[in-house]
Amino acid sequence: MNESIDRREFLKLAGLGGAVFASGLAGCASMAGAKQDDFYFVQLSDTHWGFKGPALNPDAEGTLQKAVAAVNALSFDPDFIVFTGDLTHTTDDPKERRRRLAEFRDIVGGLKNRNVRFMPGEHDASLDNGQAWKELFGPSTYSFDHKGVHFIAVDNVSDAAARIGDPQLAWLKSDLARQDKDARIVVFAHRPLFDLMPQWDWATRDGAQAIELLMPYRNVTVFYGHIHQEHHHMTGHIAHHSAKSLIFPLIAPGSKPKREPVAWDPTQPYKGLGFRGVDAEVQKAAYEITEYPVTKA
Amino acid sequence: MRPGRRRVLAAGIATLAGAAFGAAVLAQPREKVIRITARKFEFVPEEIALKKGEPVVLEFTTADVLMGFNAPDFKVRTDIVPGQVARVRLSPDRTGDFDFFCDNFCGEGHETMSGKIRVTA
Repeated sequence: MNESIDRREFLKLAGLGGAVFASGLAGCASMAGAKQDDFYFVQLSDTHWGFKGPALNPDAEGTLQKAVAAVNALSFDPDFIVFTGDLTHTTDDPKERRRRLAEFRDIVGGLKNRNVRFMPGEHDASLDNGQAWKELFGPSTYSFDHKGVHFIAVDNVSDAAARIGDPQLAWLKSDLARQDKDARIVVFAHRPLFDLMPQWDWATRDGAQAIELLMPYRNVTVFYGHIHQEHHHMTGHIAHHSAKSLIFPLIAPGSKPKREPVAWDPTQPYKGLGFRGVDAEVQKAAYEITEYPVTKA
Repeated sequence: MRPGRRRVLAAGIATLAGAAFGAAVLAQPREKVIRITARKFEFVPEEIALKKGEPVVLEFTTADVLMGFNAPDFKVRTDIVPGQVARVRLSPDRTGDFDFFCDNFCGEGHETMSGKIRVTA
């Protein structure tokens, strides 16, 4: 029995983290000839370092550290960790923006796993076209391969108008052109690529063009953030999974006329906050998502 | 017909045509223009009162940074660029209250920068 099966069985038996969500294409074609290993990664999102608002999170200066400790305490060391944007809370002061980004980087430097990928959110990047973020974290658009899965990070926030933009779409097209139509592809983005709630700024203005480029590929899954809650959606055969925040939750899409945060509940501190582990079953192009809460240290 | 008389006749026809065109232009209902200022982090005014079926032009300016106006219920949006006047034409086809918001991330208060279009019969 290999480690990934051990891990999956362990997660199921232990019921760790609460809800487990399975996503993928059951019974899809196998990848003949390629050696595939299942693996595990962790997604954290919307940490908003620098946010102040006791009514929403009286532990705004301690929640990120608790999440780092919780990831370090996982029973299985993930292959890598990804932060899908809004690492910091926005500020109009460029100096303060850099200070927050640097503090965030220092705190997550406490992660035992050193294979950490970062992405910007609009709070980090929209006021200076990603300049400060890139100074500290490097390119905001990139791709990499891991154990048979092709990962693509799409920046839909550095443009204040929530556009991916033609140059990046052209890059995406050329990156995808090197993949088989049966390739296992995972896209990381901050905003949803589809129109979840455009009137709540929960959309990417040219996201439909990205989805159109991805559509010919049979095994595509998107992990994103931005909406501060777990949400699952299909555009055709492409699954989109949003992650919880690590600062405050937002209300469910369309549940009220206007978007608003969910107030802190002192009887259930950290409710609605968390991160997720993703168990990638490469052969099946399936992703088992386990949601982990943040708890008091 | 002498050349001079022909010119006078042609000018007369042109004048008549021009008068008819001018009358047609004047006969069209003039669109009401509503001027709105976008500034960090509000629209002034933040409530726009309209009549159902009455076409209006919304004119936007900003002295701050790039902002946006988006009224998804009417499928109209525009960038609001500093130093320029942005215009959208709108003819509400239903009554009610409809939200609009800034859709270019403009700063710390961006997420609450919104307003309401109130359409009455």
